[in-house]
Amino acid sequence: MPGSKCQCASQGELDPRWEQLEEILAAYKGDAGALIQVLHAAQDVFGYVSEEVQEKVAEALGVPISEVYGVATFYSLFSLKPRGQYKIGVCLGTACYVRGAAQVLAEIEKQLGVKVNDTTGDGKFTLEVTRCIGACGLAPVITINEDVYGRLQVDKVKEVLAKY
Amino acid sequence: MNFYRSHVLVCAGAGCVSSGCLNTMEALVDENAKLGLDREIKVIETGCIGTCDLGPVIVVYPEGVFYRNVTTDDAREIAREHLLKGRTIQRLLYRNPLTSQLVQTYGEMEFFNRQLRIALRNTGVINPEVIEEYIARDGYEALARVLTTMSPEEVVATVTASGLRGRGGAGFPTGKKWGFTFRAMSDQKYVVCNADEGDPGAFMDRSILEGDPHAIIEAMTIAGFAVGANQGYVYVRAEYPLAVKRLQLALDQARNYGFLGKNIFSTNFSFDILIRVGAGAFVCGEETALLASIEGKRGEPRPRPPYPAVKGLWGKPTLINNVETFANICPIILYGADWYGRIGTETSKGTKVFAVAGNINNTGLVEVPMGMTLRQVVYDVCGGIPNGKEFKAAQTGGPSGGCLTKAELDVAMDYETLIAAGSMMGSGGLIVMDEDACMVDMARFFLDFTQDESCGKCTPCRIGTKRMLEILDRMTKGEGREGDMEALYGLAENIRETSLCGLGQSAPNPVLSMIKHFRSEYEAHIREKRCPAGVCQALMSYNILANKCRGCGLCARVCPTAAIFGKPKEVYRIERKKCVKCNACLEKCPFGAVVRA
Ligand SMILES: Cc1cc2nc3c(=O)[nH]c(=O)nc-3n(C[C@H](O)[C@H](O)[C@H](O)COP(=O)(O)O)c2cc1C
Ligand code: FES
Repeated sequence: MPGSKCQCASQGELDPRWEQLEEILAAYKGDAGALIQVLHAAQDVFGYVSEEVQEKVAEALGVPISEVYGVATFYSLFSLKPRGQYKIGVCLGTACYVRGAAQVLAEIEKQLGVKVNDTTGDGKFTLEVTRCIGACGLAPVITINEDVYGRLQVDKVKEVLAKY
Repeated sequence: MNFYRSHVLVCAGAGCVSSGCLNTMEALVDENAKLGLDREIKVIETGCIGTCDLGPVIVVYPEGVFYRNVTTDDAREIAREHLLKGRTIQRLLYRNPLTSQLVQTYGEMEFFNRQLRIALRNTGVINPEVIEEYIARDGYEALARVLTTMSPEEVVATVTASGLRGRGGAGFPTGKKWGFTFRAMSDQKYVVCNADEGDPGAFMDRSILEGDPHAIIEAMTIAGFAVGANQGYVYVRAEYPLAVKRLQLALDQARNYGFLGKNIFSTNFSFDILIRVGAGAFVCGEETALLASIEGKRGEPRPRPPYPAVKGLWGKPTLINNVETFANICPIILYGADWYGRIGTETSKGTKVFAVAGNINNTGLVEVPMGMTLRQVVYDVCGGIPNGKEFKAAQTGGPSGGCLTKAELDVAMDYETLIAAGSMMGSGGLIVMDEDACMVDMARFFLDFTQDESCGKCTPCRIGTKRMLEILDRMTKGEGREGDMEALYGLAENIRETSLCGLGQSAPNPVLSMIKHFRSEYEAHIREKRCPAGVCQALMSYNILANKCRGCGLCARVCPTAAIFGKPKEVYRIERKKCVKCNACLEKCPFGAVVRA
C-alpha cells in the first residue's frame, strides 16, 4: 500500500509516539489474544494503524503479520490510513435513518465537499458513517471526535461545523 | 451521617450527557452552594432514566417533580425557586402529548407508571459510580445468599424454574443453558456477557451497563458459581466508551469490597471478570463470532454444534448470556422463581425492556411485562406519534426482524406471538414509523446494513444479500422490473436455508415482511415508478402551481442548477431534465407554490 507508510517514521526514533507504542507492546508481549485491544491502543496513539505499526504489533505478540492485517481490516473501527484532525461520524442506525440522517449526511458532504471516508484537503475533517451509538433518543445524531450532537437538523449543520 | 431534606437526581445516561446534562448539573451544584443549600440538598448523578429525548432531565425528591430539557439557567432557577422557596416551575414540567396537560410528578407520568422495572430496577435511581448506593438497594445480597446457602444445582434449578429466557434475541431458556454448562466436564470454564448490542436502535444493554454495572458483575459471579467457572469476560462494543469506563470502575470497587477476586465472602469460590472491547463488527454479537473476537481473531462465526456450552472460549465450556438476561438474575434469586413466573405470559416470563425510537413522542427505554400489546407500548406508555401523523409500522427484531402494521397493533409482545405475527422479539429495539416512511426504502436500508456487515465467510450471505440489495436499489431509483419481487423471494429462500449463521439466515426477514404487508407500495415503485410516501428522491418530480405562484423569483435564485425559468410577476416553471431534486425551491417558496409528487 503506497502512501500508507507512516510519515513520522522519517523522523526516526525521536517521535515519542513510538516509545508509547513500545510501552503498550511490552505490557502485552506474547499475548496473541490481546491483538484487538493492542490495535485499539496503537490507534489511540497514532490515529490509525500503519503498516509499520502492524509489523511491530505482529512481532511483539508473536502472530503472523497476515493475521494482524486480517484483523485490522475485518473490524470497521480500525483505519489503515491517516485521518483528519476531526473525525465526523454520522450515525446511520435505524432510529437516525428514520429521522432523516441521510439528509444530514448529504448536507455535510455538500458543506465539506468530500464523500464518506474521505478527508478534506486541509486534513481537518474526515467524514465517516457509524453504526448506532446508542443515543437513538436524540436521533439524528452525529459525533465529532468526542462531542455528540443530537436532534441535528439539516440547517444546523453549518453552525456545528463552524465550531471546529 | 448527613441527612438531606431533598435529593435531586440528574440523569447522566449517554443521551443526556450528549444533551449537556453535565453542565446543567454543575450549574445546579454551584447555585445550591451559593444559596447555602449544599448541606440540605444532595445532587445525585444517575444512569439513564429512560426519557432520552427530554434531556437533560432532573427529578426532585421527595415530591418527585420531573423537569425536562433543563438548561444551565433553568437549573439555577430550580435551585432558587424550587429548592429554596418550594415553588414548582411550571414552565419546565412535562406536557402529556395526548392530553396537553402538564404533569406535576414523576409518578403521574404514563411513561413511568405503566412500567414494571426489574432489569432496570436501579438504572436512573442510583449513582452507578458509587458501590454503596448499589449495596443499599440489596446489592450483592443475592451473591451472598448463593455462596453461603445454595449449591450450584440449586441455583441452576431456580433460574430454570423462573422461566427466564435469553434477552439477546433467540429466547433460549436461560436455566437450560446454565445446566448444560454446569454438566460439561472440564477443569476450566468461562462465563461471558454479550454486550455487543448490534441491533441499531437498541440501547438497553448500554443503559444497564452505564446505569447499574454492579448488577451485571453480581449476576455473572453467581453464574460462575453455578456453572463452575472462575473467569468471566464482558464483551462491550467500542461505540460505548462510557459503559466501558463505568464497568471498569465498578469492577475495581467490587474487588476492593471482596465481591470479586479470591475467596469471595470468605468461601473457597474465586471469580474475576475482564473487559474486552469490540472494534465495530455487527456479526461479533453472534456468540461463536464473539468468542473468536475475545480470542483476538477475526470475528467470524462457526457452525454449531458444538455449542459454546460444550466448546467455547479457547475450546472450553462457556456460558454466554446477554446483558439484560443477567440483569434479571439477582431479583430471581432474592424474590424467588415463583414470583418471577407470575409476571408475563405462559411461555414468556418476566419483563422486556424495549428501546422505542423513530417517529414517537417519548423516545427512550421502557420495561414492561411480557405480553403487553404494541398499542399499549406505542400509545399509552410512549405517547403516540408526533405531529398528528398516522402510525404506519413498527420494526421489531432490528435488521433480523420484521414489521408490524396497524392490523397488528393489538398483538401481545412475547416471543411466540411476535413470531406468529411474522416478526420477532430480537433484542427489544422497537422503531416506530409514521406515514412518511417508504417501505421499499426501509427494506433497502436494513439489507444495506446486513450486506455491509456480512463477514464474507459463507457465499449465500456474502453474495445473495448483495443481489437482493441491487434489486431493491433499482426499485428505489425507478428502475424496478416485473419479476423483481419473485426474484427477491427466490433469493431470500436460498439465503435463509443455506447461510452459516443467524446473520444470513435472518437477513431476508425485513424484506419479506415488508413486501407481505405493503405489496402495493412495491408495485407502485415497479409499475408506476412512483413512491407513495414521497421518500425515494429519484421518483419525485417538482412542479410550480400556477394559481399560487406570485412570480417573486426566489426559487430561481436558490436553484443550484438553474433549472427554474420565468419572468418576475409571472408564473415560474421547472425544467425537469435539469432539476436535481434538492428541495431548495420548495423550502424557499413563501407561498407554498412549489409541490413535490
Ligand atoms: C447476527 C447476530 C447478531 C447478534 N447480536 C447479538 C447482540 O448484539 N447481543 C446479544 O446479546 N446477542 C446477540 N446475538 C445472539 C447471540 O448469538 C446469543 O444468542 C446470545 O448472546 C445468547 O444470550 P441470551 O441467551 O442471554 O440471549 C446475535 C446473534 C446473531 C445471529
Ligand atoms: S440509531 Fe443513531 S444513535 Fe441509535
